[in-house]
Amino acid sequence: MKILTHIGNYFIMLKLTFGKFTKWKILKQLILKDIDTLIIGSLGIVSFISFFVGGVVAIQTALNLENPLLPKNLIGFAARQSIILEFAPTFISIIMAGKVGSYITSSIGTMRVTEQIDALEVMGINTHNYLIFPKIVSLSLYPLVICISMFLGIFGGYIAAVYGGFSSSADYIEGIQMDFIPFHITYAFIKTSFFSFILATIPAYHGYYMNGGALEVGKASTVSFVWTSVVIILLNYLITQLLLT
Amino acid sequence: MIRVENITKSFDENEILKGISTEFKKGKTNLIIGQSGSGKTVFLKCLLGLFKIDSGNIRFEGKMLKEMNIEERSILRQEMGMVFQGSALFDSMSVEENIMFPMQMFTKKIDSEIRDRANIAIKRVNLINANTKFPDEISGGMKKRVAIARAIVMNPKYLFCDEPNSGLDPKTAILIDNLIQEITDEYKITTVINTHDMNSVMEIGEKIIFLKNGKKAWEGSNEDIFQTDNEAVSDFVYSSDLYKKVREVYLKK
Repeated sequence: MKILTHIGNYFIMLKLTFGKFTKWKILKQLILKDIDTLIIGSLGIVSFISFFVGGVVAIQTALNLENPLLPKNLIGFAARQSIILEFAPTFISIIMAGKVGSYITSSIGTMRVTEQIDALEVMGINTHNYLIFPKIVSLSLYPLVICISMFLGIFGGYIAAVYGGFSSSADYIEGIQMDFIPFHITYAFIKTSFFSFILATIPAYHGYYMNGGALEVGKASTVSFVWTSVVIILLNYLITQLLLT
Repeated sequence: MIRVENITKSFDENEILKGISTEFKKGKTNLIIGQSGSGKTVFLKCLLGLFKIDSGNIRFEGKMLKEMNIEERSILRQEMGMVFQGSALFDSMSVEENIMFPMQMFTKKIDSEIRDRANIAIKRVNLINANTKFPDEISGGMKKRVAIARAIVMNPKYLFCDEPNSGLDPKTAILIDNLIQEITDEYKITTVINTHDMNSVMEIGEKIIFLKNGKKAWEGSNEDIFQTDNEAVSDFVYSSDLYKKVREVYLKK
């Protein structure tokens, strides 16, 4: 029953978020600030992880191609498929649930604990819109992060495969172009867009409706990470079922 | 004027406010006193509309709070100023930005006008060289002053303060009390202060409401409190020997 209450409250929160809008001049500043924190601030870690995981995917694929009859271009093909279809959109989103999600929960939760949200409320501000809407808008740029992740993942695979002596440059490039289905990119960005909304709203929900003190802010961040990851995984399954089968 | 009519408020099975009625007049400093857990903060948050009351009415200039739509409520809230117990300043903004914030949200004034108005409020609360500092760089007393400046910058009709001098040294606490009273007189604001500080009671309590277990146990002024024979009030106010002696001296006079 408790979970149904949470789901209900979550949708009420969404309704209120798109209710009375904050003055555009203020909202613009909040959006730019959130783009800087949530998007630009995540590029470093996303780039680092994507590059090296791309490399690992390429090496592991190469090591599993023991049969000499299997072409070497399969390394590029496997790296591309796994990075575009799953690694970049889904696993980077789980990592972002930890980084961006816990930041959102703890920043809003701290505002709740220190009565800053009450102060906004007393001023007559729609706190849902003021706090959550800028995060939804700024995370709408999240597919760009995933785009960079896809590129760096495939590039990391190239470096590992070619300079590690597992494949020639021509084979790898041929592999990443082989049997390319453009819809896979569309599919990846469709699910990334859904994930970006989840990344903004579920952590915001846990921060906004938390009770207690500093310790509870930490707990709320953990719970928010767990639920954001769970919803991303379930949504990933659902979208894949709907779009790819 | 704020009129409170028989309000009740419960959280789950726990009844916090049990039928409180009173009124707070314009230009007066009204104090709500009582032990911790007596329902003071819940009462204040009900007045602010942060908690929805279960029954009864709260009227602002005759208008019932619970019958106001979102727009009317938003307008009413722009006429309210609130000083929170922990000041509730926005961490990401400087002192000046904190004070400018309500005007940026709700007025069409240009930035220079807003800044000028904020600086008048800063001057009014005697804050010196703090404009560019951030909340974590200033003392508790300064934070309270910033919170008061932010609360009065929109010329509110109503000022609410939740334990404005908690955590402050006695001298700063008195300065904050006096500042609130001066502002109340100057701007003819209806001020409601939640406190259990006896200095505040003696110094600025033009009207005092004593809450006990969610009920109004006594009502009067700081003059009346010396003469009351209400046992609950006497137990609370004169719990220290110092105040017992103060009372004796007052009654001898």
